[in-house]
Amino acid sequence: MINYIYQLVSPKVFSIKYDDIEFGDNVIVRPKYMAVCHADQRYYQGQRDLSILEKKLPMALIHECCGEVLYDPTGTYRQGELVALIPNTPTTESDIIFENYRKGSYFLSSGHDGFLREYIDIPANRVVSLDGVPAHIGAITEFLTVAVHAANRFDIASHDIRDVIGIWGDGSLAYVVSCVLKKRYPDSKIVVVGKDPRKLTYFSFVDETYIADNIPVDFVIDHAFECCGGEGSYYAIDDVIRYINPQGTLMLMGVSENKVAINTRDVLEKGLTLVGSSRSGKKDFEDAAAMLRDSKLQRRLSMMIYEDKPVTSIDDIHRVFQTDLSTAFKTVFKWSL
Amino acid sequence: MIFGAILAGGVGSRMSISDMPKQFLNLGDKPIIIHTLEKFLLCERMEHIYIGVHPNWLLHMEDLIDKYVKIRKDCIHVVAGGEDRNSTIMNIVDAIEGRFGESDEHYIVTHDSVRPFVTSRILEDNIDAALKYDACDTVTGAIDTIVVSEDGKVITDIPNRAIMYQGQTPQSFKITLLKKLYNDLSEDEKKILTDACKICVVRNVPVHLVDGEISNMKITTVSDYKIAQAMVGGKVID
Repeated sequence: MINYIYQLVSPKVFSIKYDDIEFGDNVIVRPKYMAVCHADQRYYQGQRDLSILEKKLPMALIHECCGEVLYDPTGTYRQGELVALIPNTPTTESDIIFENYRKGSYFLSSGHDGFLREYIDIPANRVVSLDGVPAHIGAITEFLTVAVHAANRFDIASHDIRDVIGIWGDGSLAYVVSCVLKKRYPDSKIVVVGKDPRKLTYFSFVDETYIADNIPVDFVIDHAFECCGGEGSYYAIDDVIRYINPQGTLMLMGVSENKVAINTRDVLEKGLTLVGSSRSGKKDFEDAAAMLRDSKLQRRLSMMIYEDKPVTSIDDIHRVFQTDLSTAFKTVFKWSL
Repeated sequence: MIFGAILAGGVGSRMSISDMPKQFLNLGDKPIIIHTLEKFLLCERMEHIYIGVHPNWLLHMEDLIDKYVKIRKDCIHVVAGGEDRNSTIMNIVDAIEGRFGESDEHYIVTHDSVRPFVTSRILEDNIDAALKYDACDTVTGAIDTIVVSEDGKVITDIPNRAIMYQGQTPQSFKITLLKKLYNDLSEDEKKILTDACKICVVRNVPVHLVDGEISNMKITTVSDYKIAQAMVGGKVID
């Protein structure tokens, strides 16, 4: 069957690649809902280094996607079953190194075609059932798994005193990390530090929110999650090092194009642990899918979702990327192309 | 119920690449008609897919289905095509009604077997439009200027390109409507009105437009075939 793959060939220019896909060992999925990630937006706008763009394009964007299984030679999934697609693709096995950090693993929408395709053929072990989850919320499963993965790693890396956990950032990542931590550690005090008072009002379910310029002098945290990225990373990390208790763990989650200076003197003095956390693997998808069946979490996540009109043409793909520039949190869209 | 109807009645007289009807030529690693059929099979709203094939090629078509198709084989039915496009459609309609009875709720999505680049979106839009309006045609806006010449020597007219479209397929219909219109035609009209949508138009039945794609090309000539092979990165055979 001839499949249409909508590739970004240069910033803001899409072209179609026609690919013959086989009804073989892979599952065939019809994408249903997708969500835009900052990484997609950076490629689309041409905000990556020219050398990176030259190396990675042409490439289909989008790695947050759910769809319906239409063909499954393994018999694992029901015809029409809603599944989340896992963009990380490991090529080796390990009991120690997580699949998303393993050498040889590749990521769909970073060097390999992402999910902007008419149909997706993907190994059966790279999809996870979302039975019972509304598709527009299922679209952000991958995004949720990034928070779940960070929480799973935090669980292993941090000591057990978790009275106060601070989250730096007021964007989508901070929002899902807050959701996951609030659910995972109901006895901990979850505090969010951000810059935009309007966005912080969405974090109604956490215990406290502070504006970064106005943090109380006696504020202390046991551990922290940095969810800023970009220029904000420096200030966030610096704040965390100032307010964190000795031997606390700082989870670094925000992507920055530039190198970030870190106050290592205080990191050493306080004996802090800094953990980099990025992307996710199958286990995180299974955990996230289980969480997504909770209607309370569905309602909470729907607060951060803006559903744009369905995509039925390449012009509509441009529209979605344009819309995403002005949405406060996540932009999702129905895929009808 | 919604039925797919893939029209493959042709015997390939316009193409000299081989003696095979063009729908049986390979595109990439498999015959063109299999690519088309697979697209239909993935569209779950179509409960059964009928293929109208020239009687000489019925067995060949069945062999191809056995060899290549991995899904929903029970939903595929091969029937003998007629002398022209519309009689092939009517043979398929007869086969559908023979099995599922006559019903006002039966719809048919008819498609050229040699348009394997049809998309899921075009199929879905056809189904939606047929259910809503009873008849639809897939079109793209004309790109070249359309020139009319009555005698093939001088221009008679150059119509406004903004209202010109190029007809593709699928063409989709409520089966009872199509059958009634076709059966009303005289034998002479049947010879002239080879396009199913035109039957509706001459009887003042509105046919709604569905957006096609330029890539939903009809592989008719040697150069079409070469372009199609190049599009999927297949080997060009002269």
